[in-house]
Amino acid sequence: MAGSVHIGGVARVVATNAALVLIAELRAKHGPILFHQSGGCCDGSSAMCYRQDEFLTGSDDVRLGEIGGAPFHMSRPQFDYWRHTQLIIDVVPGTGGMFSLENGTGRRFLTRSRIFTNAEATSLEAASVTC
Amino acid sequence: MPDGAIRPLAETAPDGFSFKTRYDNFIGGRFVSPVKGAYFGNVTPITGQVYTEIARSTEEDINLALDAAHGAAERWGRTAVAERAAMLNRIADVMEQNLALLAYAETVDNGKPIRETKAADIPLAIDHFRYFAACVRAQEGSLSQIDDTTVAYHFQEPLGVVGQIIPWNFPILMAAWKLAPAIAAGNAVVIKPAEQTPASIMVLMELIADILPPGVLNVVNGFGLEAGKPLASSKRIAKIAFTGETTTGRLIMQYASHNLIPVTLELGGKSPNIFFADVCNEDDAFFNKAIEGFVLFALNQGEVCTCPSRALIQESIYDRFMERALARVKAIRQGNPLDTATMIGAQASSEQVEKIMSYFDIGRQEGAEVLTGGARARLGGELAEGFYIEPTVFRGHNRMRVFQEEIFGPVVSVTTFRNEDEALGIANDTLYGLGAGVWTRDGSRAYRFGREIRAGRVWTNCYHLYPAHAAFGGYKQSGIGRETHKMMLDHYQQTKNMLVSYSPNALGFF
Repeated sequence: MAGSVHIGGVARVVATNAALVLIAELRAKHGPILFHQSGGCCDGSSAMCYRQDEFLTGSDDVRLGEIGGAPFHMSRPQFDYWRHTQLIIDVVPGTGGMFSLENGTGRRFLTRSRIFTNAEATSLEAASVTC
Repeated sequence: MPDGAIRPLAETAPDGFSFKTRYDNFIGGRFVSPVKGAYFGNVTPITGQVYTEIARSTEEDINLALDAAHGAAERWGRTAVAERAAMLNRIADVMEQNLALLAYAETVDNGKPIRETKAADIPLAIDHFRYFAACVRAQEGSLSQIDDTTVAYHFQEPLGVVGQIIPWNFPILMAAWKLAPAIAAGNAVVIKPAEQTPASIMVLMELIADILPPGVLNVVNGFGLEAGKPLASSKRIAKIAFTGETTTGRLIMQYASHNLIPVTLELGGKSPNIFFADVCNEDDAFFNKAIEGFVLFALNQGEVCTCPSRALIQESIYDRFMERALARVKAIRQGNPLDTATMIGAQASSEQVEKIMSYFDIGRQEGAEVLTGGARARLGGELAEGFYIEPTVFRGHNRMRVFQEEIFGPVVSVTTFRNEDEALGIANDTLYGLGAGVWTRDGSRAYRFGREIRAGRVWTNCYHLYPAHAAFGGYKQSGIGRETHKMMLDHYQQTKNMLVSYSPNALGFF
């Protein structure tokens, strides 16, 4: 894992090497990009990638960190259910993804997860940077 | 090169039907090649093999479709409702005459069992066209008598040209849910199917191509980014309807805010299915029905926005209920979706399999107990590369992510409750509010719960029924608007008020 910003010594979101490669490709093609973690049906649970001037984040979005230099956001109510897990953004073959910038490349971002250890969770909540 | 008659699908095709090797868009009443000439391979989840090619459209194709729709909209909006309704009924008749063919196409495209497409998807889609034909015939404007000489007339007028983006879990039925009310209401439509399931709707278009005037219904296939986004963000649509997930829902609202147009959104759920102790009072038909109600999480491989994916079982009956329920889950027959005995087929795409597997991982890490399933199903033979997942039951608690996120697979997470207050707390502790199920022999409790659950539909002593004439839509983050009911006509119409004075006298101000 690389390319992540560590908050309180622990990253809330990281990317696999395959994801970092795709992020770099998308940035080269589209300019500055960001991620927003989706929820709900169909393509829900995907990390959606957009140009930074395309998707409007709001005061109720939590910035979890960065992957490959791209900020990663999630809505606060959703974060409240997800905060005990580290997100690991990976890439799998696939044709979906709605308006996410990797759509049509034959690859898709996939959000995997890891449960924080007690020590990590304590450190994150103490740092409180993202909350 | 795709083989339209790829085995093992061909032998079960009705009347020697085979898919074309390539499908174009349907624009202005004709099948039209994409402007840039690009196509993409479409995979059947049954075998994981490409079986046909589909137009990979771009903004240019969306614009052609919008041109056709704008050319048709005004005349269609002025067409007598009797004529519009007659055409919707003809669509339904043609679908009914070709039910076996459409069910086959839908099963190949999506991977769902043919016994579901034959008994549910296609019959419900047919009925939807008939229902909205009837609704629009019966629709009346209103008049309000303001005073003796002043009358306010209210007319429902179509919006014009509308855009629709539909999902891959019920490709033809979701198209019918959106097309029938929009067309009945007098609009012209540009619809973008999901790229995971773009073929079956083209089979439908070939059957009904001549029924509607050219341009009233336009189907443009392709990828979301390349074709869906230009449609959703177009200044030339008067409304956008979308079924999908929350982040794209937000983006679609953002585009709609730029264009100041209305949206309807259906964005999913995490529906609780609540079983009170009294369901076990008798070992009778109702208890059997309740057990089936639990197992309905596996319907359509769990790829349903209202999948009853959280089961709340009253603690005192947990062991007895689950013994019976797990036996029923284990009896689910998984196999080739084209086999009429198959109860659970393939997930719609390989990435869907990856996502479901990622939730198996999360659930186990969080300490959820796997009561059955929990793995990819390897069926072997020609199905070896298909997208199959074992029906899976987790036991855990409501703060686990497998209780909070729509896995969109044949996965249910089970927990227990002691009393009504606790059940209600768990049921409503979710971001979503699309569906819920309540099972009890106590009518007053059923009523109380039905009113207290924050969800757009509460199935009471039933689940997964989707009849036309029962409103469907979400509370909370599950969306905006109500489908499958005549009130959907309002989402595709605007009100014209003519305020008329029948008095010859001046107001007297000037």
